[in-house]
Amino acid sequence: MSLTSPLKDATAEIKLFARRSIMAMVGASLLVLVLIARLVYLQIVGHEHYASLAKNNRIRIAALPPTRGLIYDRHNKILAENVPIYTLEIVPEDVKDVTDTVARLQQLLAIPDETVALYHRQRQRERSFTSTPLLTKMTPEQVARFSVQRPYFPGVDIKARLARHYPYKELTSHVVGYVGRINEKELKSLPVSEYRGTQYVGKVGVELAYEASLHGKAGYAEIETNAQGRSISVVYTNEPEAGADIHLTLDIDLQKTAYDALDIYNGAVVALEIKTGGVLVLVSRPGFDPNPFVHGIPYSTYQELQNAASQPLFNRALKGQYPPGSTVKPFMGLAALEYQMINFQQKKYCPGFYQLPNVKHKYRDWKRGGHGAVDMGKAIVESCDVYFYDLALGLGIDRIHQFLGRLGFGQLSGIDLLGERDGLLPSKDWKRVQRNQAWYPGETLIAGIGQGYMQATPLQLARATATLANRGQVVSPHLLAFKQNKTERIPVSLPEAENLQLDANNVSNILTSMVKVVHSPRGTAKRIASGIPYQIGGKTGTAQVFSVKQEERYDESQIAFKLRDHALFIAFAPADDPEIAVAVIAENGSHGGSVAAPIAAKVIRQYLHEAHDDSRIP
Amino acid sequence: MTVEFRSEQLESPSLIARILKRLHIDIPLFIGLLLITGASLIVLYSTGNQEWSLLLKQGIRMTIAFGVMIVLAHINPQHFQRYSLPLYSIGLLLLLAVMVMGEIGKGAQRWLDLGFFRFQPSEMTKLTTPMMIAWYLSDRSIPPGFKTIVLACALILAPVVLIAKQPDLGTSILVASSGAAVLYLAGLSWRYIISGLLGVAALLPLLWHFMHDYQRDRVLMLLNPEADPMGRGYHIIQSKIAIGSGGIYGKGWLGSTQAKLDFLPESSTDFIFAVFAEEFGLLGCIGLLLIYVFLIGRSLYIATQAQDSYSRLLAGSLGLTFFVYLFVNIGMVIGILPVVGVPLPLVSYGGTSMVTLMAGFGILMSIHTHRKFLPT
Repeated sequence: MSLTSPLKDATAEIKLFARRSIMAMVGASLLVLVLIARLVYLQIVGHEHYASLAKNNRIRIAALPPTRGLIYDRHNKILAENVPIYTLEIVPEDVKDVTDTVARLQQLLAIPDETVALYHRQRQRERSFTSTPLLTKMTPEQVARFSVQRPYFPGVDIKARLARHYPYKELTSHVVGYVGRINEKELKSLPVSEYRGTQYVGKVGVELAYEASLHGKAGYAEIETNAQGRSISVVYTNEPEAGADIHLTLDIDLQKTAYDALDIYNGAVVALEIKTGGVLVLVSRPGFDPNPFVHGIPYSTYQELQNAASQPLFNRALKGQYPPGSTVKPFMGLAALEYQMINFQQKKYCPGFYQLPNVKHKYRDWKRGGHGAVDMGKAIVESCDVYFYDLALGLGIDRIHQFLGRLGFGQLSGIDLLGERDGLLPSKDWKRVQRNQAWYPGETLIAGIGQGYMQATPLQLARATATLANRGQVVSPHLLAFKQNKTERIPVSLPEAENLQLDANNVSNILTSMVKVVHSPRGTAKRIASGIPYQIGGKTGTAQVFSVKQEERYDESQIAFKLRDHALFIAFAPADDPEIAVAVIAENGSHGGSVAAPIAAKVIRQYLHEAHDDSRIP
Repeated sequence: MTVEFRSEQLESPSLIARILKRLHIDIPLFIGLLLITGASLIVLYSTGNQEWSLLLKQGIRMTIAFGVMIVLAHINPQHFQRYSLPLYSIGLLLLLAVMVMGEIGKGAQRWLDLGFFRFQPSEMTKLTTPMMIAWYLSDRSIPPGFKTIVLACALILAPVVLIAKQPDLGTSILVASSGAAVLYLAGLSWRYIISGLLGVAALLPLLWHFMHDYQRDRVLMLLNPEADPMGRGYHIIQSKIAIGSGGIYGKGWLGSTQAKLDFLPESSTDFIFAVFAEEFGLLGCIGLLLIYVFLIGRSLYIATQAQDSYSRLLAGSLGLTFFVYLFVNIGMVIGILPVVGVPLPLVSYGGTSMVTLMAGFGILMSIHTHRKFLPT
């Protein structure tokens, strides 16, 4: 170093200082190398790892919910649509005093306290820049009122969203069903990625059965966000794919006719297109307006529906299980013919009651004096009970079980709806297993006229009638006609129709008898025969709601309405080439002929009129 | 070295060089400082979401800081020596004043509101403490004796304790290092250095006991940041992600996603190095570190060329403190040191530390340009 310093100790000091400085510089350089080593570790060795972390950090995936497919009837009338609704939403961040703003809005728009409390709860869960709805469905008046005052409510805005709407209300409540907010149980079973961003899911009816098709495919957007989750820009969008439109075989006008025709009666009407199995009508009355269910029905309203004596929430067409009564007789007769137990012309004598050997109990006929000598044709036309008591006894319950089972009694029809019930077609085995009891011959007797244990749903009755009218070619009822997505039309795929291999002669005899039920002077449904250019085949029935004691008479005028018998009617038309099969149940309607048959007739008349008008159009 | 210096003198320097000389500016230091502050503005433009207002503010601060540097460069080092004790005393008094009536800023009492401007006395002690120790030791025999060392330590600890109590761990570490650097450069014997280090190690558990909870957290987080990724470990994890994702070449200027999207907290201030690393990669980092090493080297060179003990010690201390500054900040950002509030010198956004640092470089220039007799 410098030797010019004048003092010796100063020279030593400078030397010492220089040594220390060099050591410090070396030390500092080494430490900088440590920093560089660490940077090498982070930026070369760990680069891939950190790069992927950085990408995940900044890209948020936002689900883009698909638009739900629409539901149409066979004439392209919309049964379920998406309509814009107006919601009032608040971005808390843009509002100075949220509580005060909400209070002022409450006054302006007459919002219930309940709603406000719900809003505040929801707000707590969201980020301050998330738009949170205060009102989910604004009335036009609320929209107008708010629009005028809007400048005084910064951060509050009206937003339009799509919501499900059912224009036919109670007409379609059971068949089309409805969507509602996804609940926790559904959340677990639904595919998470598809339902992120979706609020509604099909709850019942077609909406539930075709949920997968209606829902569509969710899209997503890759949104660049900051650490608070605030969106900066959209990096990439994968557009959602709208759900497929569902076209039903249902005829909404016919549905309305059937619903209205039931009039004062609770009950069900099912009409099937015989050639295709397409469901034309599936009515359960009373229905209910499904629209409030979409946005969350108030608990009190729901309770009311739930507890109503008329059970509006219960789908009678699909789940109502009724004793088929005399409507079972044509099928019972066919069974006897098919098993060659009896021939069609063979006569039995009806004295007005039937007695089992060595049993005192009298099984009465509906006609006190009896029908006299009856063959099967007359027995069906006049609905002779005694004839079928004897017939059933001869068949035995297990053969009845076997044959009626083939026609769909006691079986699920396989309709494309969920929650169908299978009715009850008893057998000896069934009774032993279910009741742990032996089968009594008397029980076979009453099964012959569709009473006792036997139960069928309106859908099963319509299906059995259709299969019979179709001469043993099994009809599989279905609601779907086709699905229509953006690019293609996917027709319904049905299982190959089974043929029961019935004797054509036997079938003709039964069908002819059923035509005579309507078109002969002694027929139980003769009142519907007038004024139609074609023939209807049918069978009336009554189902006992409570049993009449042995020596009493059922006197309609003296018993309460709700204890009256159910009126049933099954029908097909036109007789020469059946196109439509109908089953009607009018609860407490008492008479199949006077109450249920005219309802079926109205449906048939309208359907055939329309169908034949249509066919004239080139 | 001396020959080099002479040749520098003999060559007819350019006009700018002559002006700079007249201004008492050391050209190598000045160039290094320009490079660093230039880098600062470039990164700040990116972290500030390309807003000019942020850049303008920092630019004004830099201008002021350079002004302070030039003013101090003109002052003869003898004056620093003369006023070391009064300045140190004033600094200590101001620290006490802060304790008594300091304004709460960021949850800690650091600021003194003088009405027209707010002042952070702890910043001042970064300069006055090494000045004081240098002044104290320059009179005495070198290397210092035991009594001298004890007293020097007391002089260092007084401001350090006051600052640590504010609490401002980062600044107290820097002040302590500035004092310790003077002792080291004065030839403190290795015996004392080693026993001192052992003593500190022994005192660590005690220090732990007196630490604030947040300070303990920071130490714990260094050991295992992933234990609480959204909470206390957040800073370190996000910073490592930013640096690591930069790779060798970086994402390019304005390419930082971590900072731009607010994942990286304090991206313009204490953690700005992470943004620099993300955008300019390993190569950029090494380049920046080389400029820093150059500044430190030049400072130590100036120290060795100083002509009296006081200047030597002070200059050397300023250079070494600058290194500590740098090391503590980058060490924290890259996750090898606990998170302490120390900005990246001359690059982080903010005026106070920049003015102090530039003042330090002003003193260095003053020492270098006021030599009475140049080596022949």
